[in-house]
Amino acid sequence: MSYEPVLLARIDKPNSQRLEGYRQDGGYEAFARVLRELKPEEVVARVKESGLRGRGGAGFPTGVKWTFVPKGHPGPIYLAVNADESEPCTYNNRILMEKDPHQVLEGVLISSYAIQARVAYFYIRYEYGEAYRTLQAAIDELYQAGLLGRNILNSGFDLDVVLHRGAGAYICGEETGLIESLEGKRAWPRIKPPFPAVEGAFRKPTIVNNVETLACVTQILRRGVEWFRSLGVPPDPKNPRDLGSFGPKLYTLAGHVNEPKCVELPLGVTVRELVEKHGGGVWKGRKAKAVNPGGISMGFLRCDLPLKNAEGTEYDIPLDFNGPLRAGCLGLGTAAVTVIDDQTSMIDVVHNVCQFFSHESCGQCTPCREGTGWMLKIMERFRHGRGRREDLDILLDVAERIGIIPGTTICGLADGAGWPVKTAIRKFREEFEQAIRDATVSRYVRTLETVAAH
Amino acid sequence: MPVYVNDKPVELGSQRWNCIQAAQQAGVFIPHYCWHEALSVVASCRMCLVEIGEWKDGKVVMQPKVVPGCQTPVKDGMVIVTGEYDRRDPTLPPLPYDPAYLQAGPPGSRAKKAQADTLEALLLNHPLDCPVCDKAGECLLQDYSFRYGRSTSRMIDPKNTPPNKPHISSKITLFTDRCIMCTRCVRFTREISGTGELCVVRRGHHEEIDVFPGRPLENKLAGNVVDLCPVGALGSKDFLYKQRVWYLHTRDSICSRCSSGCNIYVDSNKDIVYRLRPRYNPQVNGHFMCDDGRYGYHFTHAAERIRRAGLLQQPSTSASNDPDYPMRRWLAWPHLVSRLRQSLQSLGQQPQRRVAVILSPFLTVEEAFLLAKALRSLAPQAQLALGPVPVVGDDDRYPKDVHGRPVEPTRFIIRAEKCPNRRGVETVLRYWTGQVTPAEELLRQSWDALWFAGGYPEAAVVEAALPSHWSAPPLLVVQDLFPSPLTEAATFLFPATSSFEKEGTFINAMGIAQTFPRAVRPLIDARSELQLAHELLERPGLVQAAAVRRELGRAIPELAHLATIDPPAAPERIELATV
Ligand SMILES: Cc1cc2nc3c(=O)[nH]c(=O)nc-3n(C[C@H](O)[C@H](O)[C@H](O)COP(=O)(O)O)c2cc1C
Ligand code: SF4
Ligand code: SF4
Ligand code: SF4
Ligand code: FES
Repeated sequence: MSYEPVLLARIDKPNSQRLEGYRQDGGYEAFARVLRELKPEEVVARVKESGLRGRGGAGFPTGVKWTFVPKGHPGPIYLAVNADESEPCTYNNRILMEKDPHQVLEGVLISSYAIQARVAYFYIRYEYGEAYRTLQAAIDELYQAGLLGRNILNSGFDLDVVLHRGAGAYICGEETGLIESLEGKRAWPRIKPPFPAVEGAFRKPTIVNNVETLACVTQILRRGVEWFRSLGVPPDPKNPRDLGSFGPKLYTLAGHVNEPKCVELPLGVTVRELVEKHGGGVWKGRKAKAVNPGGISMGFLRCDLPLKNAEGTEYDIPLDFNGPLRAGCLGLGTAAVTVIDDQTSMIDVVHNVCQFFSHESCGQCTPCREGTGWMLKIMERFRHGRGRREDLDILLDVAERIGIIPGTTICGLADGAGWPVKTAIRKFREEFEQAIRDATVSRYVRTLETVAAH
Repeated sequence: MPVYVNDKPVELGSQRWNCIQAAQQAGVFIPHYCWHEALSVVASCRMCLVEIGEWKDGKVVMQPKVVPGCQTPVKDGMVIVTGEYDRRDPTLPPLPYDPAYLQAGPPGSRAKKAQADTLEALLLNHPLDCPVCDKAGECLLQDYSFRYGRSTSRMIDPKNTPPNKPHISSKITLFTDRCIMCTRCVRFTREISGTGELCVVRRGHHEEIDVFPGRPLENKLAGNVVDLCPVGALGSKDFLYKQRVWYLHTRDSICSRCSSGCNIYVDSNKDIVYRLRPRYNPQVNGHFMCDDGRYGYHFTHAAERIRRAGLLQQPSTSASNDPDYPMRRWLAWPHLVSRLRQSLQSLGQQPQRRVAVILSPFLTVEEAFLLAKALRSLAPQAQLALGPVPVVGDDDRYPKDVHGRPVEPTRFIIRAEKCPNRRGVETVLRYWTGQVTPAEELLRQSWDALWFAGGYPEAAVVEAALPSHWSAPPLLVVQDLFPSPLTEAATFLFPATSSFEKEGTFINAMGIAQTFPRAVRPLIDARSELQLAHELLERPGLVQAAAVRRELGRAIPELAHLATIDPPAAPERIELATV
C-alpha cells in the first residue's frame, strides 16, 4: 500500500511557497476555523488527543508541553520555532521552509493561538539562506493579507512573527540554547528547571517547537485527530509508559544510499524498507554496515546484528519512537537515516562524529567540553594507526559518563556525543581491535586533516 | 522532616538551601568550583555532583542519576549522599536504602566516580605548572585533585596550549591554559561590577576567557576575579611571583582606604605585607573589596615613611643665623616622651595658653580615646578637633550599566570618604567635648601648642588642610606617616603606624564598629599611637588595646559593647622556611 504524502504534498507544485497557491489548496482555512470555532484550550486538547510528539528530537508530546504554560498567565507568552536544524544529515525542516513555508506558518499561527502567544520567534539556522528569504517573503505576505498583525480576521487575536537568523552553531538548536541566543547571548543551554514553558525567552513562558511539529499541527487541525491517529504505531499495550508514535514523519536519507532524499511515511517504517525501497538501496552495490537511525547523536545500528527477543537484525527495527531504543540507540532523534557501507572504516566514522561534537560542544559543562575533546584526540590517534587497547576502555568510560542521562551535563548534546562512540565500540569492537593490531592508518588522514571546520 | 546528609539528620527550618549549603549544615563539605554564594548558579563545572533520594514506604529510594548539588534545592525529607559517604560518621545508623540501590555499589560510589571523572576531565588540558604557579598551595584544583581525584593520568595525547593573555588588564594576567572555565570571573563582571568586560570565546575544549577588543578589564572591583578564580588562571600582577603562599601569615584586618571598612585578610611575610584579600562579612562588604583598597597597602612599605622619632633643635640664641638650624635630632623614645610630657604639663599649668589637639580619622577608636585622655589630663584646657577627612568624588556604587550608571540593587559601594574611622573619632570627640570641630577651623587660629595625630597614607591631605599663611606654633607635636609641612615644622615628630601595624577598632560609614588585630609589626623605631598615649599617662609597660576598649566602653555608653571584644589571637604558625 503506498502512502500519499501530506506534509510534502505541495512541494513539487510551481510557486509552492506563495500564499496564493497555498490558499487555493485550502490553506489557512483550518486557522480561520480555529479562530472562529475553537477556544485556545480546545486547540490544545485536540493536539494532545492526536498524540503528536515533537519532531525536533526528543519526542515530547506537544499538547502536553503546551499545558505547562502557567494557567492564567498575564503574558507575554512566546512561541519559539526551532528551525536551527543542525543535526548531521537532517534536512526535513529545510524542505518544508523552502518549499511550503505557509504550511509551517499556519502551524505557527494555530499554535500561537493555542498557547495565547502574541509574538512568535522563528529561529532559523544561519546557513539556511534560501529558507530565510522564503520565510521572510511568506511572512510579509501574511501581514499584507491581514493574517498577521492586529485583530487577525476580526477575531481580536494579534500575532507578530519575528524571523531571527541563528548564530551558526549546533547548540543553538537546543531549546534553551536557542532562547539564550535569541536574547542575544552565547547559546549556552540553561539549567532546568525552570523549563522554558514556565520561564523561557526574556524570562517569560515560551513554547519551543520544531518546524515539522508545527506543520503537523496544521494538518491535525485541517484533517482531524482521527486522521492523524490512523497513521503510525499505537502504544504498546504491554508498556504503560509508551505514548505511541502517531502521524506522518519526514525521514531524511543520507550517506551511502543510491538516492539520498527526504521521504514522508507514517511513523514505523523499518530501516531496511526505508533504505532498500525508498532510498534505492546502498550505493555501488555494497551492503549496509551501520546506520544512524535519527541523526548521528542517536548512535549506530549494526545491520547484521540479530535483535534480542525478536526476528531479524537491527536493520529491521521500525523507525518509530520506540524502535531505535530496542537496538541500544538513544531514540528516533530527527529520523535522519545515515547509511554507512561495508567499505567504510568505523574508525573514520567515529572520528568524524567526535570531530563534530567536540567542535559543537558549547563548552559549558566540564564533562562534555573535555570529554568530547579527549575522545577526538584519541580517535585522531586511532586514525594514525596509534590506537591502544586501553583507549577503547577510556572511550567507553567517557562516552558513558557524559550526558544528562548519567546526570553530568546541562544538555543532551553530551548524550548525543557519547552514544555514537559507545554503540560503535560495543557493536564493532573487533574492527577497532583489528585496527589496533594492524596499526591501520586511515585512508583519509591527509586529506581530511586539512579541512578546517567552520 | 529533617534532611539527611550521609545519614546525618539536619533540621534546616524554612531556609532555602541548595545541597552544598545543606551539607555544610551537617558538617559535610561538597567540593565546588562554579558555584559561589554571591553569583548566579550555572551548574556547569560538575564538581559538586551528589546522589539524592527520598523516603518512600519506609525505605530510601535514590535517583539513578547524579545531580549537581549547587543547583538542587533541598526539600523536606530529602536524602543526600555525597562522594564522601565512606568518610561519614561511623556511629550513625545507616538509612534503610533501597536494596536495588545498594546492589549497584556502596552509597556514594556513583557521586565519587563522577567527581573523580570531573577532575580527570579538568586535568586533561591543564598544564603541569604547579611548581611555577602562583596559586599553588591555595589552588582548589590541587586540593580537590588530591582529595577527590585519581593519582594517575590516562591522557597521553598532547594538551591544548592556548597562549597566555597578560593584556587583559593592567593589573591582572590570564594564564589561559590553567583556566577550568568555571566562569566565576565572567559572572562577577556581569553581576557584581556590571562592567561586563570578560567573556568566553571559542567553543568546546578550545574555549577561553577573554576581553572584548579595546575593552580591557579595568574597573575598581576587578581584583576580585583573582580571588574568585579557583585556580591559577587569573593572577594579580601586583602579587605575581612575589611569594609562595605557604610562606604567608594571614591575619584578619579592616581596610582603611575608605569608610566602607571592608573586612580583609592581610597576607604578609616577615612583617612585609604582600597581598590583601577580602574577608566575607555579609553586613559590610559581602565577599568582595575594591582595588583602591586591595592595592592600597604599598604606602606601608614606602621608602619615604617617617621612620624615627625626633626633636627639632632650635639654635641656642634666637639671633643666630647658623644655617644648620633648625635641625632634627633623633632621640631615643623614652627621652622624647618624658620631655614631651614635661612641656605639656607646664602648658597645663598655664590655663591661658592655648592648646589644640587634632585627631585624624585614620586613628583607631582606642587611639583617639587614649590620646584625648592623655592630653586632657596633661593640659585640661586643650581643644580637640577632627583631623582632615579626605573625600574624593561621590560614593561609587556597583553594579553599573553599560553607560557606567549604577543599577539597583546595589551590591558594592566604594565610599567617597577615604578614611576608615571618622565616625569612631567623632564619637570620642563628642564624649570629650560634646561636639565635633573640624581641624580646618583650629588650623586657622594661632596656638601655643598643637598636637596633630595623623596617620595619613597621603601627605597631600594634610597639606590641603593647612591655610596658605600657616605658621607653626611654638610647640608642634606631629605623629604621621609621611613628610608634610607639618612634620617639617614639628618640634616633636613621631612616626605613625599604618592600620596593618596596629590593633584597634574602626567604625565604618554604616556605624558598624569593627575590631581588628595587628597584622605586621611596625617599623623598628615606631611605636603605636596607643603606646605613646599610654606612656604620656605614665602607665607602665606595654599598652593592651583590649584594656583600653574596656576603659572606653565604661566611659562611652555608645561604645559599651567594645569592652568585650577581643580580636582573634595570632594563629599558631610553624616556620616552614626562610625567604
Ligand atoms: C544539542 C541539541 C541540539 C538540538 N537541535 C535541535 C534542532 O536543531 N532543531 C530542533 O527542532 N530541535 C533540536 N533539539 C531539540 C530541542 O531541544 C527541543 O527538544 C525541540 O526543539 C522541541 O521541539 P519539539 O517538541 O517540537 O520537537 C536539539 C537538542 C539538543 C540537545
Ligand atoms: S552538555 Fe555540552 S553542549 Fe550541552 S551545555 Fe553542557 S557543555 Fe554545552
Ligand atoms: S592552577 Fe593549580 S593545579 Fe594548575 S598549575 Fe596552578 S597550582 Fe597547579
Ligand atoms: S579564569 Fe578562573 S575564574 Fe575565570 S573561568 Fe577560568 S578558572 Fe574560572
Ligand atoms: S559547583 Fe555545582 S556544578 Fe559547579
